[in-house]
Amino acid sequence: MKLDQQARYAKTHEWARREDGEIVCGISDHAQESLSDIVYVELPEVGDVFEQGESFGVVESVKAASDLYAPVSGEIVAVNQALETTPELVNQDPYGEGWMIRIRPSRPEEFEQLLDAEAYAALVAEEG
Amino acid sequence: MPYIPHSDEDRRAMLAAIGAGSMAELFEDVPEHVRFPELLLPPAISEMEVRREVEALASQNITASGRPSFLGAGAYRHYVPAVVDALLRRGEFATAYTPYQPEISQGTLQAIFEYQSMICALTGMEVSNASHYDGATSTAEAVITAINVARMKRRKVLLSPYVHPEYRAVVRTYTQGMGLQISGDEGAAEPTDRLDDDTAALVVQYPDFLGRITDLRAAAEAAHAVGALLIVVADPIALGLLKPPGEFGADIVVGEGQNLGGGLNFGGPYLGFFATRMEHVRKMAGRLVGQTVDTEGKRGFVLTLSTREQHIRRDKATSNICTNEGLMALAAAIYMAALGRCGLRRVAELCYHKAHYAAARINILPGFTVLHEMPFFKEFVVRCPTAVSEINDTLLAEWDIIGGYDLGQVYPHLKDHMLLCVTEMNSREEIDTLVEALEDFAV
Repeated sequence: MKLDQQARYAKTHEWARREDGEIVCGISDHAQESLSDIVYVELPEVGDVFEQGESFGVVESVKAASDLYAPVSGEIVAVNQALETTPELVNQDPYGEGWMIRIRPSRPEEFEQLLDAEAYAALVAEEG
Repeated sequence: MPYIPHSDEDRRAMLAAIGAGSMAELFEDVPEHVRFPELLLPPAISEMEVRREVEALASQNITASGRPSFLGAGAYRHYVPAVVDALLRRGEFATAYTPYQPEISQGTLQAIFEYQSMICALTGMEVSNASHYDGATSTAEAVITAINVARMKRRKVLLSPYVHPEYRAVVRTYTQGMGLQISGDEGAAEPTDRLDDDTAALVVQYPDFLGRITDLRAAAEAAHAVGALLIVVADPIALGLLKPPGEFGADIVVGEGQNLGGGLNFGGPYLGFFATRMEHVRKMAGRLVGQTVDTEGKRGFVLTLSTREQHIRRDKATSNICTNEGLMALAAAIYMAALGRCGLRRVAELCYHKAHYAAARINILPGFTVLHEMPFFKEFVVRCPTAVSEINDTLLAEWDIIGGYDLGQVYPHLKDHMLLCVTEMNSREEIDTLVEALEDFAV
């Protein structure tokens, strides 16, 4: 399992990374591996507002369809349009090209409360 | 011969298994006075006698076959070729359900796939589902789909007052509790000017409930201008002749498929068809059959995109009603395949020309006026010199003719207006007899 050491993680397997005061999110390498080949990603629209833990979209793979949960509260300022036509980017590069949304956080302290890479690795190991 | 599968031996074994000594002991907890109530039924009669009695009751019904009928209003009498029943009654097809297991259901899946393909061709759309119960429920599912396409952000749905009144009622029943604002059909005017950025969909009918061929392009442009979807409830027979709604920009096309080889049946089964554009496929209600290849590269058919619906995300599905009308969809597929593009066009032309012949003849009767400010297909509105119910009673009692639909029942501004339907089934002689009968009321 690959980890982005700069990122924080939600227990629901989304990652969040701070960039210029905004938060970029996607799903972890462990999440994409568990889902296997991703065929469709449904993302929100710019301007939508989500609370932490609220469902912001759906990821559908050949095996399952799962909800995506916002790791922090805030407003969507950008979504990764490339996933509309190439959802496999989530499998190929979950922490890079496979990013999903960019949030302007309304409660920046929520970021600090997310798991760091080490704690997330421990959670994944525990879930087995 | 008793049709009860359990022998005394079976009963003894079952009683022993649960620790009851006898049947009396088993039912001990049921209060004595309701344990074996007297049913006051007449003495038992034989199967032959039952049949005779029920047939005598059935013969009192007045059916649409065997006498001229000019009643349409949502259920239409079209000719059903013998090939439809011959194939439909094969035991292999006897299921109303979408098959889950492709390994044992290739025939049914292929039939549904072909049905979907032909519905797409007829409506001018890109994807069709495996069908719904009837035209009313597919219209309601289209509304829910539109709400989902708008990601629940738009809560308003505008219904044209000239969508079938029962369909409008079913839309309201289906969407109860969703917090939607469903309006537009209160008055006599089209609600196009009430479209706004909270509107998820505009629902119109084509031809409309009064039989008129309305301007779909204008409706599509008005809906799209505010980012709403245009849902068109269409008559599939009319689409054999008219330009398909997809070419006017419709986003979802639904309707009643009974006309396609289904015959007239009180209470059903009917058939709701549903077609849309590929961009909405993941929000589309119902089941979908797709074509694929197996591990040896051979063509096969499967339920596809099923993650959208019941299988995994049930709570997020557009609709949990995935029951389709498999047998009726098959009837429609056989009907469409047997008639082909030219045959369907011929049926539609016969309807059109016969309806126009009838309208022209009725229009010259003093006191009767055909309202035709717009082109019409197989149904038209006649203003009558007296109450429609009175005319219909006379037509049936004295002429053995089933008259038209009394529009005053649902449209206050159309009191004393009759909706007449003429299909390829109405001979010229029948139409002339109707005109002769109506002459008695001419003033």
